[in-house]
Amino acid sequence: MAHETGSLSEATALSRKRRAAEKRYRLYGLVAISIGLLMLVILLTTIITKGVTAFQQTYITLDIELLESKLDKKGNRDINDIKKVSTFGYAPLTKNSFEKLISANNLNTALSPKKASKILSKSAASELRNFVINDTSVIGRTISFEFLTNSWIDGYLKGRINRGDIQNSKNVSPEQLDLVDELVKLGIVEKKFNLSFLLGSDASDMRPEAAGFGVSMVGSFYMMLVVLLLSLPVGVAASIYLEEFAPRNWITDIIEVNISNLAAVPSIVFGILGLAVFINFMHLPQSAPFVGGMVLTLMTLPTIIISTRASLKSVPPSIRDAALGVGASKMQTVFHHVLPLAAPGILTGTIIGLAQALGETAPLLLIGMIGYIASNMPSTLLEGLASPNSAMPAQIYEWAKRSDPAFYERAWGGIIILLIFLVTMNTLAVILRRRFERRW
Amino acid sequence: MEDEVKISARGVQVYYEDKQAIKNVDVKIQDKTVTAFIGPSGCGKSTFLRCLNRMNDTISICRVEGEILLEGQNIYHPDVDPVQLRAKVGMVFQKPNPFPKSIYENVAYGPRIHGLFESKSDLDEIVEMVLRRAALWEEVKDRLSEPGTGLSGGQQQRLCIARAIATRPEVLLMDEPCSALDPIATAQIEELIADLKENFCVVIVTHSMQQAARVSNKTAFFHLGDLVEYGETEELFVRPTDPRTESYISGKIG
Repeated sequence: MAHETGSLSEATALSRKRRAAEKRYRLYGLVAISIGLLMLVILLTTIITKGVTAFQQTYITLDIELLESKLDKKGNRDINDIKKVSTFGYAPLTKNSFEKLISANNLNTALSPKKASKILSKSAASELRNFVINDTSVIGRTISFEFLTNSWIDGYLKGRINRGDIQNSKNVSPEQLDLVDELVKLGIVEKKFNLSFLLGSDASDMRPEAAGFGVSMVGSFYMMLVVLLLSLPVGVAASIYLEEFAPRNWITDIIEVNISNLAAVPSIVFGILGLAVFINFMHLPQSAPFVGGMVLTLMTLPTIIISTRASLKSVPPSIRDAALGVGASKMQTVFHHVLPLAAPGILTGTIIGLAQALGETAPLLLIGMIGYIASNMPSTLLEGLASPNSAMPAQIYEWAKRSDPAFYERAWGGIIILLIFLVTMNTLAVILRRRFERRW
Repeated sequence: MEDEVKISARGVQVYYEDKQAIKNVDVKIQDKTVTAFIGPSGCGKSTFLRCLNRMNDTISICRVEGEILLEGQNIYHPDVDPVQLRAKVGMVFQKPNPFPKSIYENVAYGPRIHGLFESKSDLDEIVEMVLRRAALWEEVKDRLSEPGTGLSGGQQQRLCIARAIATRPEVLLMDEPCSALDPIATAQIEELIADLKENFCVVIVTHSMQQAARVSNKTAFFHLGDLVEYGETEELFVRPTDPRTESYISGKIG
């Protein structure tokens, strides 16, 4: 009996239905992926448009007469005497400089030189003071010095603040903005690449224009160093033992289950554990990168152990048989053959674990790696590990919660830097995996 | 010479947890001969072979009872180090499994871990000698530094044989060494086996009765964990005494 299907090219009701269903499912998939991609694009554009301005900063170049009568009254260039002059002693110098600037360029402004000098950052006087203390030979000369303007002027030039917003502001006046417009035309005020954002430290609430990301990057670097040095050896040793040597019984089963569970524990739990054990019980210093690194190690270990065990498992048993068959001991089998073959996978897992740790904020909040805590780059390894510091994600969080929108811009800028690090690390992991992956 | 017993097993029983895989096997394997283990799948022939160099130790649920004497010494005695044993009793596996290292390193690994050479030139000599012994030298002498995994299947298996004999074993165990190879490579390996019996006690597990008939002097037929029949290969194939052996070699079971 012939089956009643008709011609092969003719669609039956059943095949039409099947085809329609398949088309529908493909469409769902496409829609889902498109939404995902769209969200990614929106995310990245938002981050970049909001953050990219942090990489530029408004500077003003002034001629400053460093009067000996103000800075070194005795005239003997004794560094201790010069250090006694506080930032208040430097304020008149900038005021004088503005006075000369206004008269020299015939600027039409109703502002007094003192009011005009308020467009400078609050850190201007201390910047000048540090400069003089570093090189006392400049005293008595007139130098050209580049100052930060305050964040409202910066915001005005970046379009973050417009004249309508400052009607009732005590921080900046329309006359100051007029003056800035004039100075921009003269090329005295201009936006430049913000190197100090990449190298500098955080600044207090009143000086967002001086806040930098560099010191917290260094903090993160030291933490990652601690995480790498602790979690890689411990994690790999634990994995090798569990995978190759440990007997299979209920104790190892429990350990195995708990390692998987630990990988899913919220990071804040590790933070509170770190607070209780490292700080309250062991009395290790607060806010120190090595304590932060230890907390992040606890968090990273399960990730590293799981990925290491997976890569040890993926080494075919025939390699172990081969080594044992020629009379290698268990230990030789593992270290001569299994481990080298698993190494790319272990490395990839480690890099991904580190990337996770790099972006982790919650545990750091609990051990005090937050707030304006470090104003200088650590100069030695020990200082880098032990002196209070922040970390990239904690610094971003800190800026995002401050009220001044100028900090907000820097938070986005910090996110760009953090993302660059994360993307680089993950790319490296992918490259390593592709490069060293073996097929059997 | 013919009658010198190399390995003798007495009352060997092997269990995987509760399941008995080998039932009370007694056998005497002679030196400088090829002994073949044949039998249907799951009959225990590979399990028994792996008892001879204690490879079963690596399977945690596997338990071995009875004793296996290698030149009179019980290899399951608690004082025996399985690692030393495996240097004396080499093994070639079903699937060629060279290390993913160079051809040279594959052969040199055994001598290295057992300290069988004095100098680098010594080791070079061992590698060449062993590769010649495995009839592979002419094919690989110009590319010793290339990975062993880049060779053809048959060459890989001969490399594994070379690797096994590089530790100067006395016994060579082969677990279906040709099952993953084409007929030409199989013929080369069989030729090699015939050659190897001059120096070694060779024990080979095979699922091919033709192969057993071609290469072995003695044959043991296993069925469901029992050693059913053991004797001169010709004798066993022509005049089997047990009805099960007869059914198997005539193709009725298995």
